[in-house]
Parts: sequence; structure tokens; C-alpha cells
Amino acid sequence: MVDIKKMFKNGLITENPTFVQLLGMCPTLAITTEASNGVGMGVAVILVLMLSNFLISLMRKFIPSQVRIASYIVIISGVVTAIQLLIKAYVPALDKSLGLFIPLIVVNCIILARAEAFASKNGVLPSVLDGLFMGIGFTFALTILACIRELIGAGTLFGFDILNRFGYEPITFFVQPAGAFITLGVLVAAVTAIRQKAEAKKDKEVDDK
Amino acid sequence: MSFAAIMGLIVTAILAENYIFSKFLGCCPFLGLSENPSNALGMGCAVTFVMTLSSLITSLINKFILVAFDLEYLQTVAFILVIASLVQLIEMFLKKMVPALYSALGIYLPLITTNCAILGAALLCVQEGYDPFTSAIYGFASGIGFTLAIVVFAGVREKVAFADIPKAFKGFPIALVTAGLLAMSFSGFSGITI
Repeated sequence: MVDIKKMFKNGLITENPTFVQLLGMCPTLAITTEASNGVGMGVAVILVLMLSNFLISLMRKFIPSQVRIASYIVIISGVVTAIQLLIKAYVPALDKSLGLFIPLIVVNCIILARAEAFASKNGVLPSVLDGLFMGIGFTFALTILACIRELIGAGTLFGFDILNRFGYEPITFFVQPAGAFITLGVLVAAVTAIRQKAEAKKDKEVDDK
Repeated sequence: MSFAAIMGLIVTAILAENYIFSKFLGCCPFLGLSENPSNALGMGCAVTFVMTLSSLITSLINKFILVAFDLEYLQTVAFILVIASLVQLIEMFLKKMVPALYSALGIYLPLITTNCAILGAALLCVQEGYDPFTSAIYGFASGIGFTLAIVVFAGVREKVAFADIPKAFKGFPIALVTAGLLAMSFSGFSGITI
């Protein structure tokens, strides 16, 4: 039986695609200037991951292993094109602010990594769930990063004024490219520090016994 | 296109709109393969080479096949297929004809297929409406910009490796902070308009 709780924890924390596996850095750094962009990108990636994992796990027995990567890329680019057309039709504002990074989901390493590491070896239902949870982990990371950058860099959150009304002077550095690298660096360091502490605690417990 | 316009395009692509520091394209190999400068140079050369060719070929395909038959919605699919097969072709060609270059580029060639800078350049050329010749120039200049960024970054990282930093920052986080500082210096170029 599929262990949903464990998969959820894996996607969100222990194997978080952004903070732990360090995959898909380009969109993470580029579009996290506003919280709403982070959520939008995250939802697009969740949809693509679920659909591509679904299709790839359906076809995993027919795809010869020599040409599997090429076949995965074709399937993924087909799914991405469909999602891109949907976003263009129903959420044109999101299409405008994400721009080039929607078609570039095709070459996002998270999608191909999950196809190769999970969907090609597992059944349909676990693959779809894996896509969902990994996508949620990615969205979670993007949203945190985007919230921090938008709050400090523009004084707003999801476009609503939070700090500016108290006479806050936005530090625009955080919405610039350099701010993206440094904020993500500090966040990854913080996650690493928490993990190291947890591990040290576990080791100590083992020692005590 | 006039000579001055082309020079302007080249300078902008290398410095002011550097692929890594202002467009965030190609960050995965940038952060993953920049442990030492000579590897970084190999990756940079391979990317420049493929980017020039792929920008030229995708823009030809776009002009004479996709636009001519009203198939623009297939751009992403067509371009990624072109890039994947181009990388494969170049690999086979180099292996047979220029074995020295092939062994120098080594494992970097196949990795290029999933480098978003390549697909990004192809899509940007189409968005900006560059003709095939300009696309090739743009691809080449962007590749040089990528190489510059990755080589400089690898040089800095070599020194940072010996610095005494907090345990949690070791490895990837400090690399990101270093990249941030480099991006700051590159943002000085963003005021240039040619």
C-alpha cells in the first residue's frame, strides 16, 4: 500500500526538491520576486509533474531503455505545451509575469529527475502521488523564498501592502538578481543547520542508550 | 543589420544581460559544475558551441517550417527535439572527426540537452524576432557571457573552499552567496544602453 504520509513528508521536507536536492534552480531564482509568481509557478509545476509522471509510468513498459530520456523529453514537452496554452487562455496575467519560464519547465531538472528516478520504476498511482508531493515541496520552497523577497524588497505580500503603511523603506536589493542568490543561500544554510541539529540530537539519543 | 547594432547586441548579451546573473538561465550547470576553472571552461566552450548552432537552426526551422505552416504552438516541442538531436549529432561528429576536442568536452556535451540556457536562447530569439543570422550571433555572444560567468565563479569558488565559514554554509549555500556577490558586480553593467 502507498504510504501517503511518508511520501508527503519526503516531498515537503526530507527530500525537498529545492532545499535538499537542489534541483530546478533557474525558475527558483528567477521568478520569486513576488509571492503570487511563486505560487503560480509552483502550481504549473505540480500539474506538469503529475501529468508527466502519470503518462511515463503508463508507458514505462513500452519505452525501450536506450531511448528513454528522449521519449521522456517529448512527453514532458507535450504536457508543458498544453499547460502553457491553458495558462495563456485562462490566466494571461500569470503568463505575462512568468514569461519564458513556462516553456522552460521542459528543461527543469525536477521533472526529468522524477521521471527517471520514480515514474519509470513505479506504478501509475504512486507516480501521480509522487508528482503531487514533489510539486508541493517545490511550491512550498518557492513560496517561502518569494514571500521573504517580496516582503523585504517591496514591503508587500501577494501584492497587498504590509510594511509600507508603517513608513517602511523597501530594500530593493532583495528583488534584484543578486538578492535572489543571497536569500536562497541563507535559506538553504538555515535548512541545513536545522537538519544537522536534528541529526546530532538523534546521534546523542543513540549514544545515551 | 548594421555593424554597430550587432556589436551592441554582443556587448549587451555578454555583460548587461548576462545569462546567469541577470536572466538566471543555465544555473544548474553553473552551480553544479564550477568546482574548478578548467572544467568550467570546458563546459562554457561546449555551451557556446551548441548555443550558436542551435540558435541558428531553430530560427531557420521556425521561419521556414513552423511559421510557414501555422504551427507556432509546437515551438517548445520542436526546439527541444532539435536541440537534443543536435547535441547527439555534434557528439558523433566530434568523436569521429575531432577526437581531441571530443575528449576535452567529455561528459559536458550530453548534459547540455537539459541546460535551460540553450532552449532559452532559442525561444528568446523567436520572441525578439531575430533573423537567422542575428540569432546565431546572439547565441554565440550569450554563450561567451555564460563562459565568462562560470569561469570567474569557479575561480572565486576555489578560494572560498579554503575559507573558514560556518558549518551550515559549507558547500552549496556559500556558493549561492558568492554568486550573489558576483551578480551585484554584474548589475553595474545593467545601466549600459547601446
